[in-house]
Amino acid sequence: MIGEMDILQMRAALDAGERTSASLAQDALRAIRKRDGEVGAFLRMEEALTEAAPQALHEASPLAGIPYALKDNLCVAGREMTCASKILKGYRPPHTATVVKKLQEVGATLLGALNMDEFAMGSSTENSAYQITRNPWDLTRVPGGSSGGAAAAVAAGFVPFALGSDTGGSIRQPAAFCGVVGLKPTYGRVSRFGLVAFASSLDQIGPLTRTVEDAAMVLQTIAGHDPLDATSANLPVPDYRAALTGEIKGLRVGIPQEYFGEGVEEGVSRAVNAAIEQLKALGATILPVSLPHTSYALAAYYILAPAEASSNLSRFDGVRYGYRADGVADLLDLYKKTRGEGFGKEVKRRILIGTYALSSGYYDAYYKRAQRVRTLIREDFLCTFANVDVLLSPTTPSTAFKLGEKTDDPLTMYLNDALTIPVNLAGLPAISVPCGLSDGLPVGLQFIGRMYDEETLLRVAHAYEKAAGQTFDALRRQGGIARV
Amino acid sequence: MFETVIGLEVHVELGTKTKIFCGCAVEFGAPPNARVCPVCMGSPGVLPVLNEEALKLAVRAALALNCKVPKESKFDRKNYFYPDSPKAYQISQYDEPIGTNGYLDIEIDGEKKRIGITRVHLEEDAGKLNHSPFGDVSLVDLNRVGIPLIEIVSEPDLRSPEEARLYLEGIKAIMQYCLVSECKMEEGSLRCDANLSLRPAGQAAFGTKTEIKNMNSFRNVQRGLESEQVRQTRALLAGETIEQVTLRFDEATGLTSPMRSKEDAHDYRYFPDPDLPRMFLSDAYIEERLREIPELPDARRARWIADYQLPVYDAGVLTSSRDIADLFEQAVERVLDAKLVSNWIMGDVLANLKAQGIELRDTKLTGALLADLLENLKRGGISAAIAKDVLKHVMEYGESPSKIIAAQGLAQISDEGELAGIVTQVIAANPKSVEDLLAGKDKAIASLVGQVMKATKGKANPQVVNRLIGEQIQAIREAR
Repeated sequence: MIGEMDILQMRAALDAGERTSASLAQDALRAIRKRDGEVGAFLRMEEALTEAAPQALHEASPLAGIPYALKDNLCVAGREMTCASKILKGYRPPHTATVVKKLQEVGATLLGALNMDEFAMGSSTENSAYQITRNPWDLTRVPGGSSGGAAAAVAAGFVPFALGSDTGGSIRQPAAFCGVVGLKPTYGRVSRFGLVAFASSLDQIGPLTRTVEDAAMVLQTIAGHDPLDATSANLPVPDYRAALTGEIKGLRVGIPQEYFGEGVEEGVSRAVNAAIEQLKALGATILPVSLPHTSYALAAYYILAPAEASSNLSRFDGVRYGYRADGVADLLDLYKKTRGEGFGKEVKRRILIGTYALSSGYYDAYYKRAQRVRTLIREDFLCTFANVDVLLSPTTPSTAFKLGEKTDDPLTMYLNDALTIPVNLAGLPAISVPCGLSDGLPVGLQFIGRMYDEETLLRVAHAYEKAAGQTFDALRRQGGIARV
Repeated sequence: MFETVIGLEVHVELGTKTKIFCGCAVEFGAPPNARVCPVCMGSPGVLPVLNEEALKLAVRAALALNCKVPKESKFDRKNYFYPDSPKAYQISQYDEPIGTNGYLDIEIDGEKKRIGITRVHLEEDAGKLNHSPFGDVSLVDLNRVGIPLIEIVSEPDLRSPEEARLYLEGIKAIMQYCLVSECKMEEGSLRCDANLSLRPAGQAAFGTKTEIKNMNSFRNVQRGLESEQVRQTRALLAGETIEQVTLRFDEATGLTSPMRSKEDAHDYRYFPDPDLPRMFLSDAYIEERLREIPELPDARRARWIADYQLPVYDAGVLTSSRDIADLFEQAVERVLDAKLVSNWIMGDVLANLKAQGIELRDTKLTGALLADLLENLKRGGISAAIAKDVLKHVMEYGESPSKIIAAQGLAQISDEGELAGIVTQVIAANPKSVEDLLAGKDKAIASLVGQVMKATKGKANPQVVNRLIGEQIQAIREAR
């Protein structure tokens, strides 16, 4: 049964000749058709699947023949892509994202597009213009967001991996809520070409998987310099699987006190503290550290991200593609009606915030000040990394909340990303791995690494995962996922 | 009376092969939307990547305009909604331009005047809107989107429309000399907006300025500014106040009319473009750009006047375009007669170009070919009339003048025996002209020379012919 397998297991079945890439894909599509009505992870499925990946590809990459799905803000030439927004309904991009090209080249099988918060703005996937997505652990709860469809699709066993994007926690937070692994690489590690920009200086594409090793394999495939993205780093890509030694003796793990404040639920603290004990047992050195500017991160983020978004989303004007309002009087009316009708509430809220923050007379007080805060936050991390190799914190202050619980209170919703946002502001890599259940719901453990040091990040996450046995599959046996 | 204060904003398209942030070809006159790609069309998910060549040309231009080029620079987004801008923002430079504090010298009434340049910045061009001939719609052509531009902003140092034109011509010459741009105003590769205000003579504070757009030739820049100068003068004399407006120059009427007022002023919400990393320019990089700058028109003009004793006027005309100046320089090195070369370039070469409405680079003429032609002329090998015809041929086909002269038997006839016979025939056949000459009407000799030329198909050496006619007329006079 496909829902039981991660990438490595599928790889083994393919290599043993027990399965073919076509049969894996067909089973996955059958499972999605049968069960996604309840979950709502997929916005669209591929109808005609490509031929099985040729044998040469199977030998070249572990991802050959492995089914996967994409958050609906990643472009595939000729395939509809909406960013879960009405304004892009029916839009088919003329170009393919670099990450997708790389997955096409190794012969992975694309199954479809996954639901998300409109233009990746949200933490619950409730801001989709098309449908809500439910958390496979408890269908009355959100899967997190904005890559909620991606996390739910992996947790429901529809695909062994999905690509999401993370601007302020949009991979890690839904991964935490759905009990899967979510990796946000260093800013610049993975090309953003073909990812519809939300906040260009913060966005980064990454995988959601069942295991750390799977995440390492996907990162291996999608990472690297891209001449089409001037912000992608021209650095060699190390062998990430080779970094998964299981050995972390002497590794210095910093515990930032600011990430364990009053907003963190008791069940979350308990699970994360158990994880700290586990790391000690593995021989890691645990060091309390301080990141003094953490409390300003959320405010700075909600200036910078909307500011960039207000500019990035200006191109959706009804002139060249996507939704265009009817019955307009003149050009200004076309813009107003198209954007007024095409964008959802949260997107409009952020465009307004961003436009305001960049306005003449307010720029210095908001945008410039927020940039200064960003520098301070980056420096906090830099100083800390002089003494520790990796940082550890909860991914989110709470476990998955109820559908509709926070939709009327954007500030509470924003607070959900308080522990993930500083990482984006600093451009660092971070990973969320499951570390147990609280009241039957998964808790996410976040590791934060140095710039471009995904190796250490993956090594410690993998060592923890193996030693603690708190994998997705183990948690699933303990609790709720059987409900799907 | 009033003093006129003018500042210019000049846009120069950089002569790169491809656009500034994508790989699309830069080509004037392509069918609408034929030179576009997802990047310059602003499709969702695309990213700009800087064309290094555009940066090089921009830095070279800034240095040629005597600007300071900082070691760091960045791109900013200028946000505005309009269908000519597919991203709804233009990638430009706001507070860290590629060049600042430069200048350009102009010469007015024989005096040198220094015009300050506030800044030079690099940006992408916008598209074009065309009103449809098929009804009440606008058609968008995005071919021009993403063509690299520099904007050159002057200080308000210009004091007359003529100074403005001279400044603009100076910019054009420098850009052409540095191979930064072809600067064809008619194709829009050089564009100019102007600010103009008046103030009572002696007053330090500036008056309210207006901005004038759509002046699409050097002549129209001067015309548009003259017209606005008159309009403001009349208004002020009538006791009216000048409103800060943007005006459009109408080529047909020669008048300016309002486009939009200050209330419509945009808030462009500039901020650093997060898709493009900061640019760091090393000393070596800037040095390299400096070395790419050739001798500029001012220096060349001064050298020619000193070394070749060329008249100031000639030096000015010949240096106004780099191609013409190079032609002169190459020819003069061989012919060693600067005035002769100058006369031929300013005369026949420019006249032929003008007659056909083409540029020198559209012809096959080179300095070596022109030198060959003029050497033939100088040593009396061909007549001036023949040289004019040969020049036209050379400009079109690029053949060697010496070969043309030999192959077509165009060499000048200086043989006195041969010419004396023809002169005798012409004198016999034109008794009226002979009588006029004998009567002291010296001008009549031209008609006889002309007849000899006709008989020799222009090949006769006019000096020899003149002398022979004189001798034979003298003989007739003495015989009477």
